[in-house]
Amino acid sequence: MLIEYIAIAVLLVLSTAVALIAVGLGTIFGPQKKSEAKSMPYESGMSPYGEGTRRMPVRFYLIAVLFILFDIEVVFFLPWAVVFRQLTWFGLAEMVIFITILLVGYFYAWKKGALEWE
Amino acid sequence: MDWTIWVEWLIKSLFVVFALLTGFAYLTLYERRALAKIQVRIGPNRAGWQGLLQPVADAVKLIFKEELTPAKADKLVFFWAPIITMVPSIVIAAVIPFGPTTTLFGRTIVFSVANINVGVLFLMAVASIAVYGIVLAGWSSNNKYAMLGGLRSSAQMISYELSLGLGFVTAILLGNSMNLHDIVDAQRNVWFAVVQPVGALIFMIVTLAEVNRAPFDMPEAEQELTAGYHSEYSGMKFALFFMAEYQKMIAISMIAATLFFGGYREFWFLKDTFLSVDAIWNIGPWQFQAWFLGPIYMLLKVVVLLFFMIWIRATWPRIRYDRLMSFGWKVLLPLSLAVVFISAVGVLVAQQFDNNWYLAIIPIFSSVAGLVAVGFVDQALRRKSYASH
Repeated sequence: MLIEYIAIAVLLVLSTAVALIAVGLGTIFGPQKKSEAKSMPYESGMSPYGEGTRRMPVRFYLIAVLFILFDIEVVFFLPWAVVFRQLTWFGLAEMVIFITILLVGYFYAWKKGALEWE
Repeated sequence: MDWTIWVEWLIKSLFVVFALLTGFAYLTLYERRALAKIQVRIGPNRAGWQGLLQPVADAVKLIFKEELTPAKADKLVFFWAPIITMVPSIVIAAVIPFGPTTTLFGRTIVFSVANINVGVLFLMAVASIAVYGIVLAGWSSNNKYAMLGGLRSSAQMISYELSLGLGFVTAILLGNSMNLHDIVDAQRNVWFAVVQPVGALIFMIVTLAEVNRAPFDMPEAEQELTAGYHSEYSGMKFALFFMAEYQKMIAISMIAATLFFGGYREFWFLKDTFLSVDAIWNIGPWQFQAWFLGPIYMLLKVVVLLFFMIWIRATWPRIRYDRLMSFGWKVLLPLSLAVVFISAVGVLVAQQFDNNWYLAIIPIFSSVAGLVAVGFVDQALRRKSYASH
């Protein structure tokens, strides 16, 4: 029932309130003694050099792209799994075709070395 | 709409929030005591009887700590990141059923905050939001360690999320519904962990990676990244990350219990006895359903699953990051696809012959698939072992 989503909203508001109260308590009761050294980025005691957010390895980007591809596949699986008992063997064959096409891409990515982390 | 329904929602939401908050507090103590016992130490036992007041002492200490915001940090994102991480870890518990539907005070009570028909989809969606908080925390700190920790964490979580999603699909296939109440009811006779042991095992491995627990705790590898994405956090903001991690552990154990271990339902050997959640108790003039056993069974299962998580942390070293990623992509993803396929075929064969004993082909074939995967890992590790260099 759609009305049940209001209950989730109630829980969302409550949990956000808990989080804000927790942070608020820390801000009220915690000491505030700012200093130059404290507000520097922490790099194990060495004085930091360069920017904190710098260029990142392209591997992470590659993983993100592959993830989008395969996560959409998983999302396709969900409605299929619910009506699976009505679709019977036809549904299974459909899904096998879908997975086969996807697996071609998967093995291509594997052979290209997209899944390696050197 | 009746005003009492708002009261019902509020009571159920408060119950979930307090259960997770106290659960978090005592899980930290439970973990420290259990780790200590495994390592033949004593652990915290000074604050209160058996250290039972230790979580309170920790909370008080953290409240009185200074909160730092680095000068170059993105102030707004830095403030909201811990909250964005913590809130989904509570909200995810909204759809988890912790008792059978029953009649109390003349109204039908459903024992979950929301009984929605796309419960599993909700779980998947909310589980993904937690990644945002961690990435934002790593990025907004403007610190190299935090940035790397956030990146590692997001890459790991999204890689393992695929197998997590396929684990959900397995449970949907067997339960024939996306509603978690229906999935639990479908396990009345036999747990899905028995029908699909490999699926349950994959699910439990993947949940370890999803909550960044050992042996997949690379994002927080203190030897190389100081503390990972929460390096720059202190005081209660740090506590929120800590809270999020432990609440996610509890929530994900609840999900694993719901999907594969019968949820709030009784253990199989208690079926049809007076300890079943469907049993009707007659005490004197009163007659009522034993619904209150549901939360108790749920708690028992969650405690056992949490103990396994702690035990693994005490036993296994961290996995190297390249092995972690290739394990997720090259082993778990194909294996969980195979598991889904085998489950689908098993369900169809059982439906075709109208005999549930045919479901037995699922555990047999998936165990074979699991053994093939284990053999593959063994071969790969042997080839790369240091002995060959």
